[in-house]
Amino acid sequence: MKGLYALYSDPSEAQRAVNHLRSNGVAQRDIAIASSEPIEEFEFGQRDKATWLYYIASGGGVLGLCAGTWLALMTQTAWPLPTGGMPVVAWWPNLIIMFELTMLGGILATVFALFITARLPSRGAALYDPEVADGKILVGVKNPKGDAIPALTQALRVDVHTQVKLL
Amino acid sequence: MTAAAPRINQDLLRPLLETSWRFYALVLCLGALVAVGVGAWFYQVYYGFGVTGIRWPIYWAFYITNFVFWIGISHAGTLISAILRLVNAGWRRPVTRCAEAITVFALMIGALFPMIHLGRPWLFFWLIPYPSERQIWPNPRSPLVWDFFAIATYLTGSLLFLLLPMIPDFALVRDKTTGWRKKTYGMLALGWQGTPKQWHRLESAMQIMAIAIIPVAVSVHTIVSFDFSMAPVPGWHSTIFGPYFVAGAIFSGIAALIIAMAALRRFLHLEEYLHPVHFQNLGKLLLLMSLLWAYFVFNDRLMIWYGNEPAEMAVFWVTQRGSFAPLHWAMIVCNFVIPLLFLTHKRVRTITGCVIASVAVCIGMWLERFLIVVPALGHKYLPYSWGSYSPQPVEILVTISTVAAMILLYVLFAKFVPIISIWELKVGEQSRLPTPEAMREHPLWQANP
Repeated sequence: MKGLYALYSDPSEAQRAVNHLRSNGVAQRDIAIASSEPIEEFEFGQRDKATWLYYIASGGGVLGLCAGTWLALMTQTAWPLPTGGMPVVAWWPNLIIMFELTMLGGILATVFALFITARLPSRGAALYDPEVADGKILVGVKNPKGDAIPALTQALRVDVHTQVKLL
Repeated sequence: MTAAAPRINQDLLRPLLETSWRFYALVLCLGALVAVGVGAWFYQVYYGFGVTGIRWPIYWAFYITNFVFWIGISHAGTLISAILRLVNAGWRRPVTRCAEAITVFALMIGALFPMIHLGRPWLFFWLIPYPSERQIWPNPRSPLVWDFFAIATYLTGSLLFLLLPMIPDFALVRDKTTGWRKKTYGMLALGWQGTPKQWHRLESAMQIMAIAIIPVAVSVHTIVSFDFSMAPVPGWHSTIFGPYFVAGAIFSGIAALIIAMAALRRFLHLEEYLHPVHFQNLGKLLLLMSLLWAYFVFNDRLMIWYGNEPAEMAVFWVTQRGSFAPLHWAMIVCNFVIPLLFLTHKRVRTITGCVIASVAVCIGMWLERFLIVVPALGHKYLPYSWGSYSPQPVEILVTISTVAAMILLYVLFAKFVPIISIWELKVGEQSRLPTPEAMREHPLWQANP
């Protein structure tokens, strides 16, 4: 993958770079951003915030509830054995199994949904620089067109010290 | 972005990158203790339960005490971390991972005890819900089957709750190291880049898991209490056992967390990150739980005494002024008097004061579990079925070795994983919200007062 990027120490500089890229006609999906911590205070950190994760977790919970109900009912009726004066299908203790599997379903669905929506594990090439670990914010463009590179370089150079790198 | 990022990286990655001879010596000692415990357990399996003190009428003793104790300790982490995450308590950031790791390891050790307690441990899988060759399934009306589901759910949830926020830190270690470390942590980081989308998804997932894990944590110890309260044994058949056990579990869990944090602070030189204010806050929580625990104990004892039912009174008196009285009053001193002395006043609620109170609470809570299990089984209804119990060396060795195993797992974890969540700490520095008075006394990036 080709890429053009710069690293910024200050999130406001990163925001300016993102704004410049947009004004140069770069589509939102082509702007790459990476940081070593979530940045909530700036517009670029608010990208892709909408998520179905809460609904997926609830769906997982419902599936878990169904699985728990089925398991409790099936095991009790597979060999109907009265125990301690309780009915064969005893709902009070069944609620415990149903509750635990509901929560387990919700938790597992959340984790699976996180991995799928955040594209983890990802082994493909990505616009990244190890300096991000030191607190720098990476802003760049994936697969820039050759003739656009000078303009994009200019857009990323928010001050004279900004170093723009080409992959 | 925080200018302190390189310093935070350097400080918190130091334990991973530098190893002193003390680490190897400690691992060797702890490993030897664990090996002794494993040897004792094999001895027990080979010669049978006759080598333990467990015999009629007391079939639950040290091992089930340990089981309840460790499940209680596991409440330190995930529950506290989840609550602090949901209320967005800023001071939680350096604490959460230390706490979550305790949960996972304590649960793993606690879950071993039902197996250690089996005469034929290789048949443990009979508890797992799958049909035998005669199509008989484990009975979902048995509290022991509830235990399986509760502990399995809590362990799975806690493990994921611990692992997910570690992914960005693994990526950081990947970027800051070379050689085998870069390869290993690179694999563990799952290709994490830190895009806004990844951060949002991670934070949403942690929020959902925090919401889900709190009722699971409460249910786990409630279900452990059901192992006792579902049985018509004097002293056990009580409606308050659920909340009583949950309160006790959180109590001992906080104590374990304080001890772990104090040890990490001292041995990994994390004074700049684990501040006196963290101990102050956890000390207040510990004091609150001590009072709550005392309230439940008073409730439980008052009901038995006022009811004056002969079988229950027999258990009551044997703990109040009979053969178990020294243990009972030691428990009261450890769980109530010492925390009250060391945690009530700000002057004595220092790191040392909190650690002394916490050690006392851990001992007191173990005694409490023992006093719930043994006197009741030894004094059931008719005096002909009364009996006594004295622990044998094999049980003591197994108990000691599980404590060593807990410390060993924790030491190894702190060696291979940043014990403080680096990215969360950076967020705390970045947010710059109005600082509460208690935090202003101990600013995060200045020298420790």
